[in-house]
Amino acid sequence: MDEIFGIPTPLLFGQLLLGLINGAFYAMLSLGLAVIFGLLNIINFTHGAQFMMGAFVAWMLLNYLGIGYWWALILSPLLVGLTGVILERTMICQLYKMDHLYGMLLTFGLSLIIEGIFRNQYGSSGMPYRIPPELSGAWDLGFMFMPVYRGWVVVFALFACITTWLVIEKTRLGAYLRAATENAPLVQAFGVNVPRMITLTYGAGVALAALAGVLAAPIYSVNPQMGTNLIIVVFAVVVIGGMGSILGSVLTGFGLGIVEGLTKVFYPEASATVIFIIMVIVLLARPAGLFGRA
Amino acid sequence: MTTTRRSVLGGAAAGGAALGGLPWRSARAQAANTIRIGVLNDMSGPYRDISGPYGLECARQAVQEFGNRGFNVEIINADHQNRPDIGVNIARQWYDQGVDMVLDVPTSSVGLAVANIAREKNKAYVNTGSATSDLTGPACTPNTVHWMYDTYMLAKSTGGAMVRAGGDSWFFITADYAFGHALERDTANFVRNAGGRVMGQVRYPFPATTDFSSFLVQAQASRAKVIGMANAGADTINTVKQAAEFGITRRGVKLAALLMFLPDVHALGLQTAQGLILTESFYWDLNDRTRAISERLRPRLRDVRPNMASIANYSATLHYLKAIADMGVAASKVSGVDVINRMKGIPCDDDAFGAGTIRADGRKLCPSYLFEVKAPSESRGAFDYYKLLQTTPAEEAFRPMSEGNCPMIRA
Amino acid sequence: MAGQSMTSSAVPAGPQESIFGFTKAQFIALCLMFVALVVAPFFLYPVFLMKLLCFALFACAFNLLIGYVGLTSFGHAAYFGMGGYITAHSAKVWGLTPEISILIGALLAGVQGAIFGWVAIRRQGIYFAMITLALAQMIYFLCLQAPFTGGEDGIQAVPRGHLFGFISLAPDMNMYWFVAAVFVICFLLIHRIVHSPFGQVLKAIRENEPRTTSLGYRTDDYKLVAFILSATIAGVAGGTKSLVFGIATLTDVHWSMSGEVLLMTLVGGLGTVFGPMIGAAVIVAMQNYLAEMGAWVTVIQGVIFIACVLAFRRGIVGEIGNLLRVRL
Repeated sequence: MDEIFGIPTPLLFGQLLLGLINGAFYAMLSLGLAVIFGLLNIINFTHGAQFMMGAFVAWMLLNYLGIGYWWALILSPLLVGLTGVILERTMICQLYKMDHLYGMLLTFGLSLIIEGIFRNQYGSSGMPYRIPPELSGAWDLGFMFMPVYRGWVVVFALFACITTWLVIEKTRLGAYLRAATENAPLVQAFGVNVPRMITLTYGAGVALAALAGVLAAPIYSVNPQMGTNLIIVVFAVVVIGGMGSILGSVLTGFGLGIVEGLTKVFYPEASATVIFIIMVIVLLARPAGLFGRA
Repeated sequence: MTTTRRSVLGGAAAGGAALGGLPWRSARAQAANTIRIGVLNDMSGPYRDISGPYGLECARQAVQEFGNRGFNVEIINADHQNRPDIGVNIARQWYDQGVDMVLDVPTSSVGLAVANIAREKNKAYVNTGSATSDLTGPACTPNTVHWMYDTYMLAKSTGGAMVRAGGDSWFFITADYAFGHALERDTANFVRNAGGRVMGQVRYPFPATTDFSSFLVQAQASRAKVIGMANAGADTINTVKQAAEFGITRRGVKLAALLMFLPDVHALGLQTAQGLILTESFYWDLNDRTRAISERLRPRLRDVRPNMASIANYSATLHYLKAIADMGVAASKVSGVDVINRMKGIPCDDDAFGAGTIRADGRKLCPSYLFEVKAPSESRGAFDYYKLLQTTPAEEAFRPMSEGNCPMIRA
Repeated sequence: MAGQSMTSSAVPAGPQESIFGFTKAQFIALCLMFVALVVAPFFLYPVFLMKLLCFALFACAFNLLIGYVGLTSFGHAAYFGMGGYITAHSAKVWGLTPEISILIGALLAGVQGAIFGWVAIRRQGIYFAMITLALAQMIYFLCLQAPFTGGEDGIQAVPRGHLFGFISLAPDMNMYWFVAAVFVICFLLIHRIVHSPFGQVLKAIRENEPRTTSLGYRTDDYKLVAFILSATIAGVAGGTKSLVFGIATLTDVHWSMSGEVLLMTLVGGLGTVFGPMIGAAVIVAMQNYLAEMGAWVTVIQGVIFIACVLAFRRGIVGEIGNLLRVRL
């Protein structure tokens, strides 16, 4: 079978693979969003800006302190997660009693501020950040050349997603978190420090975004707008997957990457709109998303 | 939290700021002996580094060098945030309140709109930022001069000259909107006219795409010698970065950027950008005169070197002021068309672009240069990025007047 | 909706003397508004005022949906922008008079609202919002591609034309009176909608939809009608704006425009009569002012968002109303 629908088979497989890699990014980003929404009921519009901060901190670590990529993978999420914790303690904790809308507006305002400050400081063209030498180069798979770094992204993203899912679903900490979202006062009555858990959860969600940012820095332009482009797509992923469901977001993220990849082959002009069309269809058919609990 | 007092204070502050921001009708007499130039560009968005504050400084430099020839010159600046409604509002307000010339204006939709306003109010308009060649084509006006570059010039240089340099099979990665289509169409024409072939193209959604890997792989599969990137800004940067990642350039394929500026190359870094082909009409290290003006600009621009968009502000301002000095301030305030005609009548000469002329349809002519980005080993320092491949002389660099469909020109 | 209702007023709505449906305080504010409309163009730059009025109308239309019905739409720019494009096309290509062009633009925006509303109303809360956003994004991409919109360049050089065929709108002052008239008509129309039995049902839906359904009202139909009205008036605002500036571009259908109108309504006061107008004035003035200052616009907008959410939830007009213990 040399051609499927007029596209040579090797090219098609190559595109599917690329789509899967993109899906890994979507999955990681939507994971952070889903964690924050599922457990905190906050629609974190700042996620795009925090993704950008993750990439920028990695650049700053390299540029000002000479700290390379591998350390940045650990340090950047920690630092950005810390800022998330501070945000939560100062501003976001006041939103829990309010309508969802205010959470969105506050975090949207935060994203404007963060992006504006970075843009004023660093301009809009972007910063150079190179693929670490251990991960550069490409494998010749026969049907395409696959950059080693992209393969690393998929593997690492899968690892992060599975780890997060395991922590939330299978550990005691995760159980406390899930219980706290259902009935916080009761869990608190059992002696668990619920506010602190919530703060740390927000920090963890933000750290996940920053981690995705570090992963993105070598292959996407590190500029202050890099989060804005992705955030809407990621929101759509979370909504399609079901706003409370972590598994849903991850699966939808990967799935969407593949769908987008196929669209890029057959009808590239529509590859940005396809996700919105899918979102509308899914929301009409299943109101809470594919895996969501209403 | 009880917020009554706080909200009152906040409301008062907001109200105060709002009142201060309102455009009051100024009853002050227009200073008769002052020429006011308004630099309208993008100071906070994706095009900030290309002109933005640097373009403003270049304009100020021109005023400083022009000196005092019997009248004052004042420069004001506003950020149109790439939004036509804001740009149009500011341009109208400026013209109504005594600004004589509007300068810069990137983003074609704003650029075209301001041209109409300048004509309506009979003022002067020198555009150094927009790419659309319509400004000297169907949308030309007697009040407009298009100073810097346009899509035709870029296409002819990068497309035609590139084919002559050996890149005779092309594949286009095109941003799917009018500007991208125009770039692709014009360049493809030149490629074919020069004897090359277009192997294919792919159009991606703009502005929503950050990942070009899929399109690059398709380009690779076409076996074209040159991949033409019919896009600009962050899209081009991402495409180049990802092309390096996929090792495309290492296998001898050339990447041609159809619209790229020095700050973009700086953002990529030489390691990633080496071998890139692009066209600009100015490079600071091109000859002694350009080196001189870049050196003079150093205190203003500090670590950044001028590129063709920002230096165009300098060149245009200088020439505009020469025209004013030639005809007298009073006469220049009466009619913008007269000023533009005088600008067309005087030959241009400055350190940035050398000698040049302005055509009847408002097109300023200058040579275009095809550059290749140096490898890191070839560069002696920051912004030492380009080596010259080909020069297209000024008379050939732009679209002939007869083909422009400019209503002012009856061929 | 979880959490406190967004627009619960501190002042009880009891039987009050009402003049054409306005309370005494609102009537005073209305008179002040008329005075301001008449006097302002002699002090302030008319084109700026026209821009302000168009956005104020847009915000009022948006407020109809979010303030009175409680539906948050993230895609209202679609109706504003499409109204603008259609009006621009009618005036430029078909050469129609301005009032007809605006009517056509509004009508088509209303049809758009009917279709999108029908799709979106089926869901609640954040899902409703996301569907409206998705639909608006599709409109944006459509406008990017469609030849009649002119893509990135937009529709340029739209003539203002002659009102009713003989009054030239090219002079700024003539255009101003026209825009002011359009604004006042639509403003009163919105008021009429809200202070009618229909409006009462809308408010009931906002406060407690299941209860309203149990009383026998078909809430989906009411919501859809409100949606269509809101979209139509947004289309009027967009069409008028494109005539004022002579251009219709992609910025008008971009999602940041949807965010801006949300900000305006929030700053002014959700669910208040005069709030959207004041909010629009603040935001437009701020943009104007900051444009001359350069690069801090987005940061300041962000700060305003946060301030509004944390300290200022009733918005400017809401706070004034709370202070004076009246409902504005």
